Amino acid sequence: MRRSLIQLRWLARRSALRTLRRPAAFYPSLLFPLVLLVITTGGLHLSEHVPGFPATSYFAFALAGAFVQGALVGGVNAGVDLATDMQTGFLNRLSLTPTPRRLVILGELAGAVVLALSQAALYLIIAVASGVRLASGPGGAAVVLALTVLMSLAFSSFGAFLALRTRSSEAVLGTFPLTFVLLLFSSFFMPRALMHRGWFATVAAWNPVSYLIEAVRGLVITGWDTGALARGFAVAGGLAGLAVALTALTLRTRSVAA
Amino acid sequence: MTAPVQSHPPLRHAALAAAGIARRNLRTALTTPSLLLPPLIAPLVFFAAFCGGLSVLADAPGFQFTPGYVAFEFVFVVVQGAVFTGIFSGLTLARDFESGMARRALVAVADRRAIVGGYVLTALGRAPVTAAALYLAGLAAGMPAGGVIDMLVLFAVTELLAAIGALWASGIALRIRSVQGAPMMQMPAFLGLYLAPAFVPLGLLTGWLHGAAAVNPFSLYLESGRGLVAGHPVRTAETLAVSAVLIALLTLWALRGLRRATAQAS
Amino acid sequence: MGSTARSGAGPCIEAAGLVRQFGKDIRAVDGIDLSIGYGEIYGFLGPNGAGKSTTVHLLTTLLPPTSGRASVAGHDVSTRAGAVRQAIGVAMQEVALDPVLSGREHVLLQGALHGLRRSERVRRGGELLEAFGLAAAADRKVGAYSGGMKRRLDLVLALLHRPSVLFLDEPTNGLDVPSREALWHQVRRLAREDGVGVFLTTQYLEEADALADRVGIIDLGRIVAEAPPGQLKAEIGRPTIEVTAAEPAEEMAVAATLALFGSAVPARPGALAIRVEDATSGLVEIMRALAANGLALGHVEVRQPSLNDVFLAKTGRSLEGATEQAERVGA
Repeated sequence: MRRSLIQLRWLARRSALRTLRRPAAFYPSLLFPLVLLVITTGGLHLSEHVPGFPATSYFAFALAGAFVQGALVGGVNAGVDLATDMQTGFLNRLSLTPTPRRLVILGELAGAVVLALSQAALYLIIAVASGVRLASGPGGAAVVLALTVLMSLAFSSFGAFLALRTRSSEAVLGTFPLTFVLLLFSSFFMPRALMHRGWFATVAAWNPVSYLIEAVRGLVITGWDTGALARGFAVAGGLAGLAVALTALTLRTRSVAA
Repeated sequence: MTAPVQSHPPLRHAALAAAGIARRNLRTALTTPSLLLPPLIAPLVFFAAFCGGLSVLADAPGFQFTPGYVAFEFVFVVVQGAVFTGIFSGLTLARDFESGMARRALVAVADRRAIVGGYVLTALGRAPVTAAALYLAGLAAGMPAGGVIDMLVLFAVTELLAAIGALWASGIALRIRSVQGAPMMQMPAFLGLYLAPAFVPLGLLTGWLHGAAAVNPFSLYLESGRGLVAGHPVRTAETLAVSAVLIALLTLWALRGLRRATAQAS
Repeated sequence: MGSTARSGAGPCIEAAGLVRQFGKDIRAVDGIDLSIGYGEIYGFLGPNGAGKSTTVHLLTTLLPPTSGRASVAGHDVSTRAGAVRQAIGVAMQEVALDPVLSGREHVLLQGALHGLRRSERVRRGGELLEAFGLAAAADRKVGAYSGGMKRRLDLVLALLHRPSVLFLDEPTNGLDVPSREALWHQVRRLAREDGVGVFLTTQYLEEADALADRVGIIDLGRIVAEAPPGQLKAEIGRPTIEVTAAEPAEEMAVAATLALFGSAVPARPGALAIRVEDATSGLVEIMRALAANGLALGHVEVRQPSLNDVFLAKTGRSLEGATEQAERVGA
């Protein structure tokens, strides 16, 4: 057990270092959700005056989207990094050690989860510094971080699944636009109750990302909305479970040797 | 002794070279789904998302746009689509440097300015396709058709925007000569577009964003485009004048990039 | 751990009927038998696409065999893969290193994954980095290393945990001559002094000749010859004289004349070739005899033994042809 933890720690360390030491890739991923948040707040500020809008500050309303966006993009990046390791043969190198295969994959993902957690903590600090007061208090902040970990695990596992299936970083990167589609067709910009277009409201209702956003949003602007939290954690847990199962199955049936 | 090769006058030669490059790029794009579809589908996705998710903004106090929110957002996505079609053409040039095709053009074409011209022509060839797809999508969503002349002027403006995007991105491509330059091509355009009246009219923006949008040239394109769609053209002449200035400046930008690429290729 | 600790032990690598099939038709490894002892350097020769790397992947547990069995360091590769990986060190054909990690960070990571204590990682890693001339560059990112430095680091990582069996998959590709010879020296020392069993794949006859106690030649997934290099050289280590007749009608007469001076061997289409004891005297005698019979030649070529000759002798095909065929079959 102790040896496994040491192996996991070193693999996660390497995974995180790999991202941190590529500033050209790291900083855009870190900052783009914030840039988008600032821009959309400026552009959709008027929403605060729409009857039925649930918040007095659009920034507080839209903040939740940044956490989910960070986890989604982090998931794609984790998959791209794993696929790159397969293409370069570095995954072979790790697989030639006594470290169990599932731990090798978990280590690759652990780095992504740690980064997502750090990113979420940064966003919380920026939000509080910008005057946002979490309606759920410090406890709510801890729950936001916990949900971020679960979301990141889910999306990174999907990224790993795609990497193991395709063995191609280009193929995994090709799914990046899908992250935008998932965000755009959710309650990212507006609450579902104010979506006038019925078809769009239906799509958003079926989009799991809506529930992730609403869970975080509830903690920020409402307080302890247990219904939204339950749905958010159920969706995150379900996605994580599905993604981990798919990844484990693929790992069992496919060799990691390139 | 063989007879000297008969060739066209220099200007015609350059035009033919540019047309040849554009023809090759357009043919490649048409026959490669991974090149054809993303610049076509992305604006449609944005259009659907913005109209579907943000149409409630039309109910906000002070929001007045007679043709409706779909038409309001149509102008934004058609402007965005045109700019990014141009940027995509610059990205193609960057890829061609990586594959060696651009170097082939550098040694084959007498007047190398035709190379830049070719990629700009490529963008001009692709932009109407995106604009038409968005227009049809808008009509399907209930947008008024608008006046024929007004729509033609709008599509002409999108061609100018495509040229602007292509010149900007080509300048980056000629300097970086790699697809690693893609973020540098895309991010300024993205920021420029969203620091403009993307979702609500300029008069309803407040604070720092209003200040930024007021001086942002993209705001001019959005305002004049929305005027054309509403059947009340505004600031069209200004838009054309600004376009001429931007195209002139960005042509210089691109040609300086060409000089750098040529110097480092030899 | 020196060679005496392993002497008397069974084979370090053993395989019987080892097969690896991809899809329905592609047999990259087609029934390989091996028995390699500790302290032995076994050279595995073959062209690109012959199945060398696939064999290495099977023996190092990266790929499961389709059929047959193999054991490394006494552990079955299918059922005790973890134990195999504990005992082996591998320097792969593609030098897979993370460009943003330093050499020392690679060492510490590898050591942690092999379960070495931190103090052992640091001490052993320092020793190996010093031994392979990488101490000064240890804290630089690997992205800045030369090709030779990367190969040396690869070997450091393979040896960090003192493996009893070492797999080297084309380890000198891309190395200059001094680096290659330094690597050969290290490999010889590991086998002779430390008793490490070494499985070395290579395309180069002279590398196998310099290092290997025994050489196995693989073609299209099968071992076609296995012998000490001296023995292989004795069989094919004689020069070949290849000629073409100036007039096609005289080809039979030329062949009859050549047969007096050596044994016929496969030649390129339209050519005739014989193996001779000595190139210079053989050529002089052949030319005299042909001139005496009034026979003219269109082309004459003298070739020293090459891997191509080994293949010609063992498979009836030339090496270039072997590579193309292997690519068609997908081996």
